[in-house]
Amino acid sequence: MPILEVQNIHKSFGSTQVLNDISFSLERGKALAVIGSSGSGKTTLLRCLNFLETPNAGRIIVNGETLFDASEHASQSDAEIRKKRLHFGMVFQSFNLFPQYTALENVMLASLLLAKERPDYKQNKHAIHEEIEHRAIGLLSQMSLEGRMSHYPHQLSGGQQQRVAIARALALQPDILCFDEPTSALDPELTGEVLRVIRSLADQHTTMIIVTHEMAFARDVADHVLFMDGGVIVEEGTPTDLFENTKNERTRAFLSRFSQNS
Amino acid sequence: MNINPEHLPIVIHALNVGFVQTLKLFAVTLLGAIPLGLIISFGSMNNWRPLGWLFSAVGLAPQGRFGKWLSNIRPIRALTRLVVWVVRGTPLMIQLLIIYYFPGLVLGNPIWGGSEAGRFTASAVAFVFNYACYFSEIYRGGIQGVPRGQQEAGLVLGMTRRQIFFKVTLLQMIKRIVPPMSNEIITLVKDTSLARIIALQEIIWAGQAFMKGSQGISGVIWPLFFTAIYYLIFNGILTVLLERLERKLDYFR
Repeated sequence: MPILEVQNIHKSFGSTQVLNDISFSLERGKALAVIGSSGSGKTTLLRCLNFLETPNAGRIIVNGETLFDASEHASQSDAEIRKKRLHFGMVFQSFNLFPQYTALENVMLASLLLAKERPDYKQNKHAIHEEIEHRAIGLLSQMSLEGRMSHYPHQLSGGQQQRVAIARALALQPDILCFDEPTSALDPELTGEVLRVIRSLADQHTTMIIVTHEMAFARDVADHVLFMDGGVIVEEGTPTDLFENTKNERTRAFLSRFSQNS
Repeated sequence: MNINPEHLPIVIHALNVGFVQTLKLFAVTLLGAIPLGLIISFGSMNNWRPLGWLFSAVGLAPQGRFGKWLSNIRPIRALTRLVVWVVRGTPLMIQLLIIYYFPGLVLGNPIWGGSEAGRFTASAVAFVFNYACYFSEIYRGGIQGVPRGQQEAGLVLGMTRRQIFFKVTLLQMIKRIVPPMSNEIITLVKDTSLARIIALQEIIWAGQAFMKGSQGISGVIWPLFFTAIYYLIFNGILTVLLERLERKLDYFR
C-alpha cells in the first residue's frame, strides 16, 4: 500500500485553475521530485498537502486513512486539520524560522507545545523536556550544526538556516517530508550543503516530496519524478524515463530550456 | 519677569499637585488604550462576511458585480474603520468637550457631575478611546508586517492559531511597534494638557491659576512657563526607558 495517495485534486484561485486533476501515489521510503516551470502549480500542490490551501475537489489519503475529501470538507474543525497536518512536514523556500528563538528552540518549540497536550505532561514535565531537547540536539547534529545550536536565525547563513528548518520539520517525525524549492533562496555556494543533507535523508529512506529547479539533483536523488505544466501532470516516471528517454514534446522542451539556462 | 523667592515653594507645590493629576491621566490612558487598541485592531482586520456566509449556507452563488460586492461586505471591519476615521479625524479637544458636556447639556443627564473626579473620568474616557484608535493602527501595521510565512510555519508544525499568536507573532509584532509606540507615548504626555479645556486640574491649569490669581499670587506668568520643565524631565525618563526596551528586543531580527 502506498503511504500517500493523491486523487483528482483540483484547485483554482478565483477563475484561475492552478491544479487540474492531479493524481499520483508515493511509496514509503521513496523520494519524489516535482519539476516544472514557475506557475505550473508545484508549490500549490505542496500547500494543498499541508492544508495551507484547500483543494476544490479530490482526495488525499495517507496510510490508507482519508485525510481530505473535498466532498466532506465542510465538517472539518481546526483541531482535526491540525492533527492531519502532522502527517506532513514542510520546508519552505524562505526558511521561515522563528527569529526570536535560537536554532535549538526553533526545533523544539512545536514538540514542546504538542507535549503539553499529553495527559502525563504534568508529572513527567522534566523528562519530556529532556527527551525533546535530546532529539533536537541529535537532529541538529545530523545537519552538522553542532556549533550553531544557540545561534539566532539572523546569525546563521542561508544554508544553515535552511538546515535548521529541515531539522525543525523532522522533529515532529512526519510520514512525508515536503520541500518547496529548498535551495531557490540560496547563493549557489550554499546550495550544495542543503542538497547534501536532503540526499543523506534520501539515503536513510525518508519519504519525501521535493519541488525543485535543481535538475541534476532531482535526477540523482529522486526515485520518481513528476513533470508538471499548466496545473497538470504532463509526465511521470523514473528519472531515467524523464531525463533521458522522454518522448513527450513538452517535457523535452522544458528540459532543453533548462539546460540552456544553467 | 522677576521671580519672587517667597512665591517659589507655593508655586512648586501647586505645580506638583497638578503634575500628579497629569501623571494619573497619562497612566490611566496607557493602561486602558494599550489593550483596547488591540481589540480595535482585531476589529479593523476582521474578515467576517455574513452575507457571503449566508449565500453559501443556502447554496446560492452570488451573481454579478453587485452580488460579489454584497457577499464581500465585512460589517465589523467597516464599522471599526469608520470609528477610527472619526476619532483620528477630529481634534481630541473637541472630543473632550463633547464627552464632558454632551450628556449634561444635550441629554439633560450630567453623568460626570461637576467634581474634579468627574472631570478626570470624562478626560480618561476621551483619552483612552482616542489613543486606542491610534494604537490600533500601529498594532495593525505591526501584525500585518510580520511575514505570512511565520504563520504558515507555525500551522504546518501543528500549532494552534492561539499558540502561533502568543509564541511566534506577538514578540515580532512588539518589536515592530516599539518605535512608533514610543512616539505616541511621548506625545500623550504632552496631550494630557488638553484636558485643561474641561478644567481638569492638571499642571497647565495649575500654572495658569497664578495668572488669574491663586493663593495670594496673581499676574505672574513664569509658573506657566515653568511647567515645561516637568514635561521635559518626565519625557527624558520615558525616552531612556523606551530605548532600553528597544535594545532589549535587539537580540533578534
